[in-house]
Parts: sequence; C-alpha cells; structure tokens
Amino acid sequence: MSSPLAGAPLAGVPARARRRRGGRRGRLGWNALGLAVFALIIFPVYWMIATAFKRGSDIFADTPVWFPIHPTLSNFTDAIHRPHFWADVKNSLIIVGCVVALSLVLAFLAALALAKFRFYGRKAFIVLIIGVQMIPLNALIIPIYLVLAKANQVDKLSGVIITYLTFVLPFTVWTLRGFMIGVPRELEEAAQVDGSTRFGAFVRVLLPLIGPGLVATSIFAFIQAWNEFIMAYVLLHSPEKQTLTVWLASFTTNRGTAWGPLMAGATLTALPVVIFFVAIQRKIAFGLTAGAVRG
Amino acid sequence: MLFFRVRQGDMANITLENVSKIFPGGIVAVDDVTLEIADGEFVVLVGPSGCGKSTLLRMIAGLEEVSGGRISIGSEEVTDLAPRSRDIAMVFQSYALYPHMTVRQNIGYGLKVRRAPKDEARRRVAEVAELLGLEDLLDRRPAHLSGGQRQRVAMGRAIVREPKAFLMDEPLSNLDAKLRVGMRASLAQLHTRLGTTTVYVTHDQTEAMTLGQRVAVLRDGRILQVDTPQRLYHEPRDVFVAAFIGTPAMNLVEATIDGDDALFGRFRIPLDPERRPALDHRKVTLGIRPEAFEAAASAPAGAPTLEVAPAVVEELGSDAHVFFPVDAKRIGLDTGLTQDDEGTFLAQEEALFSARIDPRVDAAVGRPLTLAVDPARFHFFDVESGISLLPATPAATEPLPNELQSAAR
Repeated sequence: MSSPLAGAPLAGVPARARRRRGGRRGRLGWNALGLAVFALIIFPVYWMIATAFKRGSDIFADTPVWFPIHPTLSNFTDAIHRPHFWADVKNSLIIVGCVVALSLVLAFLAALALAKFRFYGRKAFIVLIIGVQMIPLNALIIPIYLVLAKANQVDKLSGVIITYLTFVLPFTVWTLRGFMIGVPRELEEAAQVDGSTRFGAFVRVLLPLIGPGLVATSIFAFIQAWNEFIMAYVLLHSPEKQTLTVWLASFTTNRGTAWGPLMAGATLTALPVVIFFVAIQRKIAFGLTAGAVRG
Repeated sequence: MLFFRVRQGDMANITLENVSKIFPGGIVAVDDVTLEIADGEFVVLVGPSGCGKSTLLRMIAGLEEVSGGRISIGSEEVTDLAPRSRDIAMVFQSYALYPHMTVRQNIGYGLKVRRAPKDEARRRVAEVAELLGLEDLLDRRPAHLSGGQRQRVAMGRAIVREPKAFLMDEPLSNLDAKLRVGMRASLAQLHTRLGTTTVYVTHDQTEAMTLGQRVAVLRDGRILQVDTPQRLYHEPRDVFVAAFIGTPAMNLVEATIDGDDALFGRFRIPLDPERRPALDHRKVTLGIRPEAFEAAASAPAGAPTLEVAPAVVEELGSDAHVFFPVDAKRIGLDTGLTQDDEGTFLAQEEALFSARIDPRVDAAVGRPLTLAVDPARFHFFDVESGISLLPATPAATEPLPNELQSAAR
C-alpha cells in the first residue's frame, strides 16, 4: 500500500547536486530517460481518453488509430445512460467523503496519541500499525466478509466505509505521526503557557502546522477509497448500491466488452480524483514550520 | 504607554518549598529545592548543563509535573495547576514562535485565547510592538525575521499579557555574541521598567552576574548558594560556586595550612590573621582569584611574593592574564562549561594558575616574574565537602532594593 506521495519530499533535492552530475551529454541522457519513463506512465491514460472519443470502427481497426480523427461523444452518452450510473456516482461520493473525513479525524487523534503521549505499549502499537499493512488485501477478503456479514454490514455502504478505513488508517496515522513529531514541543508549551488547554494547543497550533500532512493523507484516502474495486465488488451486491469501479465492471458481459463506453466511463471515473488532487496539491507546502525555532 | 508602568496588581512572589523532580527511571533532576523569590525580583538560576535549572523553571511554569514539594505564586499554591492557570509567561530558548501566525498574531495569541476585548488586545499589541521596535514587522511571519527580531517577538508575547512573572529559559543563547550583550542590557532595562518578577535560566555566568539581583547556583539538582552577584563572587560558600563564577576562573589548588602560613607547590604564603580557616595544619583547597595577584613592583610593600615562570601571557589591553604553572595538584572540578569558559585540552596534572595584572608590566613567556598576592583575598574550602572554611559574614538574605540594584548592573 505504498503511495506516490511518499516520494514527494525528494522534490527538494538541491539544484547544485543535480548540476554536479556530469556535463551536457549526461544531462541529455537523464532527460531522455525521464521522458521515456513519463511516456510509459502516461500512455495508458492517453489511450483510455483517446479510446473514449473514438468511434467503434476506429477502436477495433486492425492498424491502431493513435488519435481520434473523428471524435465522438456517443461513448460518453452511452456510458452515462447505462443503468445506475448516477446512483453509483452518489455511492462513490458518499463512501469517499466518509472515508476521507473519518480517516482525518481518527488519524489526527491517533497520531496525536502516538506522537505526543507516552503510554504503555506505544512502541508495540506503532510496529503493529506497520505490520498490518504487510498483509495482502486478498488474504483478508474472506475474513472481512465473514465479520461484516455477522455484523449485518454486507451490501451496505457503511460496511464498505468501515472496510476502507481499516486500509487507510494505518498509513494516515503513520504519516500524520511523522508530521507531528516534526513540530517542536515548545510550540505547544508556549501555547499552554499563553492560556490554551493542552487540547486547545493541539487544535490551534499543531493542527495548522501539520496541514501539509493532512492534505497528503486526505489525497491518499481519497485515491484509495475512490479506486478500490475488489472489496466493493465482493461486499456490494445490489446494482444500485455499488460504486463506480464496480459499475465499470458491468461493461464486460458474457457477450464481450463495450470498449468505447467502458473507456468513457473510466475517464469520467478518473476525473474526480484528478480534480481533487489539482484543487488540493497547492496546499502541500513543505517547510511550513520554518521560523518556529532558531535557524 | 500606561500599562508599562510599574505593576500595581497583586503580589507575585514565587515560593518553592522542598521541590523535587524525579524522572521515570529514578533520575533526580531537582533535589529538594527551597527558594523564595520576592515580588518584582530578578532571580537567575545558573549552573552547568544537566544541573536541573531548566527543569526547575519548567516546574514553575507547570510544564513539568512536581514529584515532591510545593510551588506558590503570589498567595496561591500552583503545584498542581495547569500552565494557563498560573498567570505566568515564558520565553523559550528556541523562541517557540508560532510559524503560521504573523508577528501581530503571535504577540496577541495569549490575549486572544484569554478572550481579552478586541480593542484592548489591539491596543496592547501595538504598545508592545512600539516598546520593542516591532511596528514595521507586525505582518511578517517568523520565518522572515532575523534571530534578534524573533527574540523580541518572543519577549513581546510574554510582556503583552502582563503576567505575574516572566520565566525565561536561556532566551539569549541563540543570539550571536554581540547581539547578546545588547539584548542583555535591554532585558535589564525592561525589568527596571516593568518591575515584573522574573526567573531567568542560563548557563552563562556573565549573564547571571549582570542580570540577576540574586543568583542561584545549581549543581546536580541542588541549589548550592543563592546570593547577590557580588557576594557570590566574593563570598562563595562552596568550591563549585567559586570555580563556576568568574572569568578567568578562580585558581584552586591543594594547600597545607602550616601554622600561620599556607603551603602549596614550592610557595609559602603567610596568612591574613583576619581571614583564615579555623583549624591548624590541615589540607585545604585554596582558592585565589586572578586579580588577587599583582606585579610585585606595583604592590604595597610587605605583600608576600611569588617567583613564577609565565607559560602563557594574554594581553587584553585593559589588563593582562599571566598563566604560570604551580607545582601542586590541580583541583579538577567539572563545571560543565564548554562554551564561554576556558577549559584546558592539554593533559596536565600540574595546576596552571592565572593572574590578572597591570598590562604595563612587561611580562613575557620564559622570563621569570615576581608577583605579589593578597592573602586577605584567599578562599579556603574543605577538601572533602567543598564547603567554605571561612565564617559566613552576616548574610543579607533580603534582596537589595531596586535602586541599588540597577546601579549595580
């Protein structure tokens, strides 16, 4: 369950270190490699979007059509008019909203406990949090299903929300804890002396300072909950209760796959994540704590 | 500028009664400390790192739980009160400014969380900013301030609340040397102006001596001596205090009292009958401040003299420091000073004495020098316990009145 966000702090590699790495030719080589990797990553996305706009004949043409020369929106209208689209959009939004909101609140409190309080078994708990992430999700499908069935939570959005929280929380707690440890203790102490309660100091001083952490973890929670397929597929039976990813699977039937509408649906499904990320990424400003203490 | 006049609120004396702090694992950080700090007094807690001074301050602030004893501020016992209920303000070594707030918000934070009326809060922040010369910086964030400016904001945040007491934890130690001297003077001025009870922690004895109306020297969690800077310097009750206070440090050497003479190395110095330990013929730790020496030529006639061989001569302009070996066992005291004090890094068993003499005396390495010494300025300490063997002169336990004190600074 690693996240692309984990690599974010590397963005700050000093320019000097980069410059030192050989002359012009060396730089050209690295740039070419970078472009190649970029092309590799972006191609499937491009193909999805391009296919969404292609006519059926172009999709199945023997020589690949690299660009939709005669773009059409019929795939999109087809996808949107499939049964349960809007119901499933709503379900996905509810699930994602709840998972993001709950995970932020719960992870903030849990990380607070782990970062700022000493209690018996703290270390073991921290290790456990990482350990839990090592278990493959597929191994958990049946146990989770059984537990939720006993609690009467199968085929209910709440069951899926709880399941997603169990995946998302370990990472978010772990990440937020890291951010909290980075905030000097004196800041809370200063706030306490200035007249805040301990919790008041957390909310007024610590919370704003771990903003970048909250953004990072909320993006993670959003992506996890929005893109998850297997658990939703297993837990949600009724078509009107399913999420968008499960809805996408309905394009593949015994009679074949409707590629055009499927790609259109996939494009639509990917949109919210992209929009959410673009809206929130500016807030990932590392180094916000600069100036708190000496230096 | 009305509210900067002398406080008229309730008394804000601070009383520590048998205060102890034992950390988990049994480490005793503060050991049975009793100290009375008068209303409006400026008391400095000084000692080497790890002596418990910061822990003691944090206990007064309420940031550290008290393991034993009682703490009172004013007439109220605060031992178990939360920091916010103690009406104190603290200045941290790291300044601890809120990075996400502007200078204005930083200074006003305490007023805001205490729900001071908005107009009043705005006025007070403006007044403090004027007092500290921060008017033009009010909308900046801490990241865009220099070290000295951050320090002033930290001070402003404390002042604006008009607390019963200021607690300062090495507030100047992150500034460069020049700025520190200026800030030290400002702090003294500020205290004269506000008259707020202040407890100040430092490891720097110069800061302690120049700022404190009284100075408490701590070691291993205990207060060794609380006194005015002058008495601390001239009447140390403990060999550690003697070694800790003063630059260059007091010369300490193992000596034997033989009748009316003190013997150390190859020297025999007649004692001043007025100032000598009570017992005859015994081992003592002899302490001589560098300024008790003088070039023989300019000394009064009849003063005991020593023939020495200077090993190092430091010309400082105003005076000269002459270091010379003395053939006697060096008294090693871990005063824990690494930053502002001279330590030696040469391994030597022999004591190296320092003398502060008139720079006009032509002292040079390798040329024998005759120094006179004033036995009336000798200090004697018990070899075992380190306690002074001189009778304590009637102690002025009461702090000096303010007027005298500011003159003394």
